[in-house]
Amino acid sequence: MLLAFDTATPLVTVALHDGSDAVVELTSERTMKHGEQLAPLIDRALAEAGIVRQDLTAIGVGVGPGPFTGLRVGLVTARTLGFVLEIPVYGVCSLDVIAIEAVDTGAVSEEFVVATDARRREVYLATYDAGGLRLDGPLVDRPAVRATPLPVAGGGALLYPEAFPHAVGPTRPSAGWLARAVTDERAELLDPEPLYLRRPDAVEPARPKPVS
Amino acid sequence: MTDALVLGIETSCDETGVGIVRGHTLLADAVASSVEEHARFGGVVPEVASRAHLEAMVPTIERACATAGVELRDVDAIAVTCGPGLAGALLVGVAAAKALALGLGKPIYGVNHLAAHVAVDQLEHGPLPEPCLAMLVSGGHSSLLRVEDVTTGVEPLGATIDDAAGEAFDKVARLLGLPFPGGPHIDRIARDGDSVYVDFPRGLTARRDLERHRFDFSFSGLKTAVARWVEARERSGEPVPVADVAASFQEAVCDVLVRKALDAAVTEGIDDLLIGGGVAANSRLRAMAEERASAKGIRVRVPRPGLCTDNGAMVAALGAEMVARGRTPSALDLPADSSLPVTTVLV
Ligand SMILES: [Zn+2]
Repeated sequence: MLLAFDTATPLVTVALHDGSDAVVELTSERTMKHGEQLAPLIDRALAEAGIVRQDLTAIGVGVGPGPFTGLRVGLVTARTLGFVLEIPVYGVCSLDVIAIEAVDTGAVSEEFVVATDARRREVYLATYDAGGLRLDGPLVDRPAVRATPLPVAGGGALLYPEAFPHAVGPTRPSAGWLARAVTDERAELLDPEPLYLRRPDAVEPARPKPVS
Repeated sequence: MTDALVLGIETSCDETGVGIVRGHTLLADAVASSVEEHARFGGVVPEVASRAHLEAMVPTIERACATAGVELRDVDAIAVTCGPGLAGALLVGVAAAKALALGLGKPIYGVNHLAAHVAVDQLEHGPLPEPCLAMLVSGGHSSLLRVEDVTTGVEPLGATIDDAAGEAFDKVARLLGLPFPGGPHIDRIARDGDSVYVDFPRGLTARRDLERHRFDFSFSGLKTAVARWVEARERSGEPVPVADVAASFQEAVCDVLVRKALDAAVTEGIDDLLIGGGVAANSRLRAMAEERASAKGIRVRVPRPGLCTDNGAMVAALGAEMVARGRTPSALDLPADSSLPVTTVLV
């Protein structure tokens, strides 16, 4: 049984996949409370599927890009749980998860883009071929610089309709599709390392200011 | 029943700490520090610290288990610092602790960082005297606490109203051209200096301050006084006697800390003073506290320097005490709270 979750957006999404399909999928009710909600959601998913933690055979985790704080909650949970249970942990780019759902549900049938909210008036963005194979990205940039008439899945299209007028498909990654992507090897499997794409905000201090 | 085997996780600032204790016995205290990554910024950068915690977490858990010679599955409970501290940093530790609790099917205790600084002394000097007076001094906190029962009853008597004591050490070190973190460097260089070379101010010790802030601290004025003194000396073209300034500054900090701690102990009628936090590693503070306390018939307990700075063992020690006293574990939706009040020992 594969456990999958993604914390790269304001919501937490958790799913279990039994090898043929996702059997449980849960989404948090409150935004931005990844640290509080992820573990209880995993616990609930196991209970709803009627399995115990020892039944888990692998973990799939969204590695972003996304807001750092939430992203780290997902990654440290995946790594630690994988370590305790001695099972492998696979990372998947969270934009790939949106792309695969968009392709497999028929929302797109040509080259397209996935864009999500990167805050600071920027988007995280990647380009895919009609089959959901990533051609470019992920990167972070201003929407105007990446404006495109191509179909755009992900929440970025709704936030910046002038740059991305052709909004399609899912707005955020779903753990069910993440689980399918890992099980069916539909996405590139990565190490569970966060895709920050931005350096930490930190400036070296100048000489201390005189006080007199 | 044998004592519980408890694993504790600490990530409130720049140290990723994982400690393992059995009751009052320390088995492992693994710490990974990102301090070098912060040095060039002259202080801890929260995002840098959070990133480092994520990378260090599993290797540090692994190292703690290897040192303790225990298997994770033998752990009876998980304890974790859930506040106060840097929000993003705390979250990494709390999430890791929940994953351990979930993966092991064991209870989790989300505990207060300050109370953990108190509880750690049990690993070195046995059960805490009840009550005891705790003075916690570090880069993030400076407080005087009355500790009745470290698992339930911690009462704040006073705290800093501006900079923390360790912060003053860092800032003065920077003024004197010494590296970050400043505490150990000032301690070392002050040994060659004259501690009465400059008579720096003792914050909140004037009579009018004692009315409102008897057990509170203030170090920002002291820091400014040192800066003024150094600037005046530089303007006059004379060399700055770094060792003498460091020794005089350190004397001023320690004098205020010890004076107020002993005043609080006497006022509260408490015979045991416990000093914890990174600044408790300062050799002058230890010596001065011992000397002045014994004159008043007060016993002083200071854990060894490695247990004074932030670490996982202190969290495990408090967790073990929670188990021993039958406290109710935390829920799995336990939040990290960057401004957790010291009166909330267990969340
Ligand atoms: Zn501390």
